[in-house]
Amino acid sequence: MRQPGEFYQRDREWHPPAKTPDYKTSVTRSPEYSLLSLQQSASEITGPTFGHNDIDPIDNDMIHNYAQPGESAIGERIIVHGRVLDENGRPVPNTLVEAWQANAGGRYRHKKDTYLAPIDPNFGGCGRVLTDEDGYYFFRTVKPGAYPWRNWVNNWRPAHIHMSIFGTSFSQRLITQCYFEGDPLIAKCPIVNTIPDQAARGQLIAALDMNATIPLDTMAYKFDIVLRGRRSTLFENRLEGN
Amino acid sequence: MVQKLDYLKETPSQTAGPYVHIGLAPGAAGFEIYEKELGWDIAGPNAKGERIRVEGIVIDGIGSPIKDVMLEAWQANADGIYAHPEHPGEVEEGFRGWGRVITDFETGEWGFDTVKPGPVMGRSGKMMAPHINLWIVARGINIGLNTRIYFEDEAEANAADPVINLIEWERRRATLIAKRSERDGQVVYRFDVKLQGEDETVFFDI
Ligand SMILES: [Fe+3]
Repeated sequence: MRQPGEFYQRDREWHPPAKTPDYKTSVTRSPEYSLLSLQQSASEITGPTFGHNDIDPIDNDMIHNYAQPGESAIGERIIVHGRVLDENGRPVPNTLVEAWQANAGGRYRHKKDTYLAPIDPNFGGCGRVLTDEDGYYFFRTVKPGAYPWRNWVNNWRPAHIHMSIFGTSFSQRLITQCYFEGDPLIAKCPIVNTIPDQAARGQLIAALDMNATIPLDTMAYKFDIVLRGRRSTLFENRLEGN
Repeated sequence: MVQKLDYLKETPSQTAGPYVHIGLAPGAAGFEIYEKELGWDIAGPNAKGERIRVEGIVIDGIGSPIKDVMLEAWQANADGIYAHPEHPGEVEEGFRGWGRVITDFETGEWGFDTVKPGPVMGRSGKMMAPHINLWIVARGINIGLNTRIYFEDEAEANAADPVINLIEWERRRATLIAKRSERDGQVVYRFDVKLQGEDETVFFDI
């Protein structure tokens, strides 16, 4: 009998290393000892679950979820959609995807953001959604603007949406960023470039998806997310040990 | 040529950045947007067991508290059961076992209220001492850090814990043990996380 077992070991060479001096803040925030590798137990293969009681249907519409009645956020209207899959290519259904981003001018609604681009009174900048039975999700939002940040004297973040994904276990927990096809700032970004492999960086660039656009209304980008896959234990499974 | 394996690659991690609160705790970022923010109530009203508070700071390589961290906690209930369909057993109505906390922007202090978890069955029939799993993200942290909070007053269980015993250097084991005290009749555990230096917290690759 095939039973679900451990999640595949994380490929730490595909992910950014902890210490990446070109992204300066990482220098004092990166552990220096090796991580201790754990064989997974119940503590790692379980994780929080969410349901439709936790969120509201409007939460995935960032154009409207903070707007006054009859108003909408300013900017290039886009749909960001895709599937959450695991490394085996199977969809991850009913999992929570949370997103946050700057407004069309590159300004965050955050007390610590002092960039001179204006706040959009009708844009909050966060959304969340559960994937459906096929692992599919979508957001409606405005395309975020690039913004400057203090790293080198003159660094600009490419347009990006931060994304947080849960999966079904605490070991799949992931936060990443979605970039947009064709943005010349991607290649120059020290945060993008914390990821050593070019193909891995490409995995974070959403493709312009003309098939998903709404003519005369909204552009679309496709962003698939892959979480760690899981072994099927074909033989004796000692995970629980009893 | 050999056949090609058709596994996908995991989406690479990126830092949560300085504005993680906007997405995951917008109230703290200074605005109300959701009816319900997630993760503020770990145990719910019906959970059995000892009510505790866990507090700490996250300290960088210079020795300064980090003031823009988000932490997530994942724990079993007092019977050692996780609120998850794959874990045998039932949890109390309203017990989720998951919490999300952010640090105070001025002091870097964080804290959450919960119940003390029970021991959890580990691999190969070895019981794990009571612990809370912790995941830490922030600006400057390129991939979330996993660690565990164990409890000072569980010395016997800690000594037999299969994960603590994997740590070769006994000195480093102490970095996972939260210190117990009482304040106004409330049990408080202190768990400071050090990202670098002599007493760097043990982090796991799970
Ligand atoms: Fe950002």
